Order: sequence, then C-alpha cells, then structure tokens
Amino acid sequence: MGKTITEKIFDAHLRDEPFAGTRVLSLDVVMCHEITTPLAIMDLVWRKKDRVFDTNRIKAVIDHVTPSKDTESATQAKILRDWAHRHGIKDFFDIGSNGVCHAIFPEKGFIRPGFTVIMGDSHTCTHGAFGAFAAGVGTTDLEVGILKGVCAFRAPKTIRVNVTGSMPQGVFAKDVILEIIRRLTVNGATDHVIEFAGPVIAAMTMDERMTICNMAIEAGGTSGVCMPDAVTRDFLWPFVKDEYRNDTAQALADFTKWHSDADAVYAISVTVDVAEIEPVATVGYKPDQVKKLKDLKDVKIDQVYIGSCTNGRLSDLTIAAGIVKGTKLAPGVRGIVSPATPNIFRAAMEQGLLDIFMDAGYCVTNPTCGACLGMSNGVLAEGEVCASTTNRNFFGRMGKGGMVHLMSPASAAASGIAGKLTDPRGYMSTGKTGEHGTKRSKR
Amino acid sequence: MKSFGGPVLFLNRSDINTDEIIPAKYLTAVSKDDLKPHLLEDLKLDGFEPSSIANKGFRVIVSQANFGCGSSREHAPWALEVNQITMVIAESYARIFRQNMFNGGMMAIELPASDIDSLFALSKSGAVSCTVKLESGKLCFSVDGHETKTISFSLSPFDEALVKAGGWVEYADARY
Repeated sequence: MGKTITEKIFDAHLRDEPFAGTRVLSLDVVMCHEITTPLAIMDLVWRKKDRVFDTNRIKAVIDHVTPSKDTESATQAKILRDWAHRHGIKDFFDIGSNGVCHAIFPEKGFIRPGFTVIMGDSHTCTHGAFGAFAAGVGTTDLEVGILKGVCAFRAPKTIRVNVTGSMPQGVFAKDVILEIIRRLTVNGATDHVIEFAGPVIAAMTMDERMTICNMAIEAGGTSGVCMPDAVTRDFLWPFVKDEYRNDTAQALADFTKWHSDADAVYAISVTVDVAEIEPVATVGYKPDQVKKLKDLKDVKIDQVYIGSCTNGRLSDLTIAAGIVKGTKLAPGVRGIVSPATPNIFRAAMEQGLLDIFMDAGYCVTNPTCGACLGMSNGVLAEGEVCASTTNRNFFGRMGKGGMVHLMSPASAAASGIAGKLTDPRGYMSTGKTGEHGTKRSKR
Repeated sequence: MKSFGGPVLFLNRSDINTDEIIPAKYLTAVSKDDLKPHLLEDLKLDGFEPSSIANKGFRVIVSQANFGCGSSREHAPWALEVNQITMVIAESYARIFRQNMFNGGMMAIELPASDIDSLFALSKSGAVSCTVKLESGKLCFSVDGHETKTISFSLSPFDEALVKAGGWVEYADARY
C-alpha cells in the first residue's frame, strides 16, 4: 500500500507514538509571531525553562500589529524582541525588515519539501505549498515546540483535491480555493490534510499554491499540501544551490521523492474542474458561503483591502494594479494596499505598482496582518462592508459589526472602481489568465 | 488536574468561531486574566447574554458542531479557563481548538448528535448542571437540582493523559 506525502513526512519525523494514533513529530521549523508567542515565553520563564531547542530552527517576526499601536501591542513586541535577542535567534524580523509571517518566511527560503513546520497561527498551512507538513497550533503546542522541538498530532488522513481544466479569464487561485471550500464546507476537512494536485496545481506558481494552501484551514484542514516539483525547486534554488553544488537535477530528485505514491490511500478524492468556475466572493460570515460575483448585484462597499498572507504577494499586487491602472476608487470607497513583505513593497515601488494604487486614491501601508483580523491599519466601523483579499469573513473579523467579502485581488480591485461587489471580467482585457497588461473594457 | 463540571451554558449553533469566543482586539493581552470580561462578547445568539457568564457561574458549555473553528488563538480556551469553564461538550471541534483545550489540561468532549440534541431538549426544562466522572466516563446531568440523565463519554488515551498530567507542557517536558 502506497503512502501520501503527509504519511511519508510523518514517518520520517516520528519521534514517539505514546498511544495508538498519536504521533509525536520532530520539527524542522518553529515559527513565532508577537500575538501567540509572548504568553508561551512568559510561561517558560515562569516554569524556569526559558530555553529554545535550536536557535537556527526557530524563526520569529513581529507582524500582526506593527508598528505597535498602543502600550499593549508594544509590550507584546518587546517580549518577543527581548526573547529573540536573549536566545540569539538570528532569523528575527523586526520593524524595517518585517513582513506577514506566511509571506516573509517562504520568501527567505526557510520552508523546504518534506519539512515539519508549526506556528501559533492557523494559516501556517500556507507552507504546505512547498510540499511540507505545516500546521497551525496553539500557544501550548508552540511552547513545547520552542522548548523541545516536538509536536503531537493525530495520525493524518488525506483528502485529495484533483484540480483539472483550464483557468478561465478572470478566475484566479483565490476563486479556486473558495470554490473548493464551498464544496468541502467549513469543517469538511477537519483532522485531514488537503492534498491539492492535478494539472492546474502543477501549472501554478508558488504564489498561487500558497494562496490555495493558505485557506485549507477554512475548510477545517490540519494543513494543505502540494507536490514539490520543478516550480518549487526553482523558487528555492537561490537558497539550496550551494547545498546541491549547482546540481538542479539532484535537488528535483530529492524533492520529488516526497510525492504521494500512485497507490496512496485517500479518505476522500474530489475533482474540481476550474473551467466551471467563475469569479466568486463570500457572503455571510462563513468562508464556505460563496457566490458568483455576477449574481451579487448592488452590494455597496466602503473599503477595499488588498493584502494579507492569502493575497499580499507581488503577483497579487500586479494583477490588482493591472485593473486599477488609470482609474479612481469610486466616491466614498477607501482603498488600502498592504504589500506583505518589504521585498514585495520595494518591488511594487520599483515597478510603479504603488504609483498606480496611489494615483487611484489607495493608501499604501507597511507590511502587516493588521486589518485582516481587525487589529489595526484598516479596521471597519459597525455596518461597513469590505471587499477583501484576506481569508476570513467571520462576524466582527475586520472590526465589530463589519461585513467582509473575500475575493481575489482582481475582484477586489474591480469592486473598488465600481463601488460595489463586481465581477472583474468587465475590467480586464481578454487573453490568458494571469497576464497583467489588463485594460478596462468599460467603466 | 483541573476540576470539571457545574452549571451548563447552552450555545445552540454550529461553527462558533474563535473570533466570537474572544475577539482579536483582545489578543494584545499578556495576561490570561485580562481576557475574563470579554468571553463571547461578540456572539450574537438568541437568548444569550454575555453578562450571564459572570452572573450564573457557568462551568460547562454545550454546543453543536465545529466548535472553536477559525484562528489558532489559545486565548479562546484561556478565556474559558479564566471564567472557570474547563469543559466544552459538542458534536465536533476544530482541530486546533480541541488540541488547545487538552494541551491546557481542559476537556473538549465529543458526543453524537443525538446526545447533543437530548441535552438541548433538557435545557428547555430548567437550569442544567453537569457532574463528571472521569474514571467511569460518565456525564451526569441534573435539571434544577434533580438528576435526570447520564451520558457516557470517552477520551482518547492521549487526551486523557494530558488531562491527568495537567497539560502538554508537563507531559512533554517529562518525556522528551
């Protein structure tokens, strides 16, 4: 009987099986941010166990509220900062070099195929895009990860989502994952890893795979995962080329050995034909409440938000800017763009994307999670509506009493021009999906 | 080991998420006690008043499917813990929330939908209280002080070990 990629990773990292079905794994990377880590640090200090299992395998960033907005958030940042310095954690990203955790850590090449990764953040599943097992955990799991480099999981089951067809114009990775969540429902993947496979995933860039895997948690998934391939290898090449002595074929061979076997056993297999997908957005307060944008008429918006660990990468900003170029935000609509890392910010600046957004009336903020979870930099007032490229539309998520509609960067950009939820296809030139030289066909 | 059982708060909805249990704006707290007044304050549910948590001294929550979905924030179980709610009974949980409960030595007990339905039916006849017999795996429910229903439950051996050890830190530190 064959094995899934997740089963192979579990086998390779099995440290202990204290009870049937409970797997304690050794960890390759433990990632920390300033919201969930400080209480772990304080508890370790209180227990007189203020140690870290490996200073090189721990990565830390201040990203959720940065720059700090008040005394409390400044205190959280200080606890993480002091701890990182105290233990000599070299991969610590503070103000000036910090970005959204699930964008900056992959950008630095920290995540490799076959790795085990945890973080005190539910969107840690993003890193499964690299063929890793990456799971969001609570502070106690994080604390034990920091101290001992281990974490316990139930034996994994896998849902295979085979994504086929050719991507229609105006349909992006975000639309695909929202459609998958709609089908699986918000708890359809609980205690399962979602394996995203098939020709559409194979043809996707790492940015797109990260968008897909990022939202596995919104279907309840323990993680999402994609098969590591030449796309993965090319993305990671600057970080692994010395290790592989410039042998690209050997790197690819090492990466692909993690692939799920052809006779691997899946709990569920589903096929999604992207040709049937149209641009979508969430309605209501659950991420599986998804509707076609063309059917959402006259839903007025107060704010557009383009950013986050889901869709704050350079390719996302490029797509949105292609639609925004030469336009203005509709009267009464606020636009906020938050490039997810300093490198993305700088590239967007150099490529003129930030000018395009600013000319249209957008505010460009520093990289931060801020508005996505209603912490800072774009919180909604009661009754306000946001067209957002983020990942969660819970009641109050971006501010008490606010309504969040999740969608692709293209759809958010188009909605900002129209002042209401809008199908982006009317704002794009015809041609291959993902091409950026878009031209509005109507206004 | 923590103490379990007492007056039951019924939350009759599926998918109660961690933003509803404790809104993100309180995640800047660096003390668990700071979370205490804010438990479930954004939850909109017929018949539920957040102030009832302090007034009625609830120790147990009974809810429907996929309780605790969303964020990984352990602030959600902590907000329960500082309000002395150490046990949730539901049809199912989000993985991270369930693990966070046991990691803190608390319990997230799963019961079949039929049992959950019978508990919600019970809640219509008066104030429900629950006592827990961990060794025999029994939950005993009383209405207005009269014992009316006993339901069996089971924990996985690992979850039970965490509850008895008082949490994952103690367990892991002794072992790894």
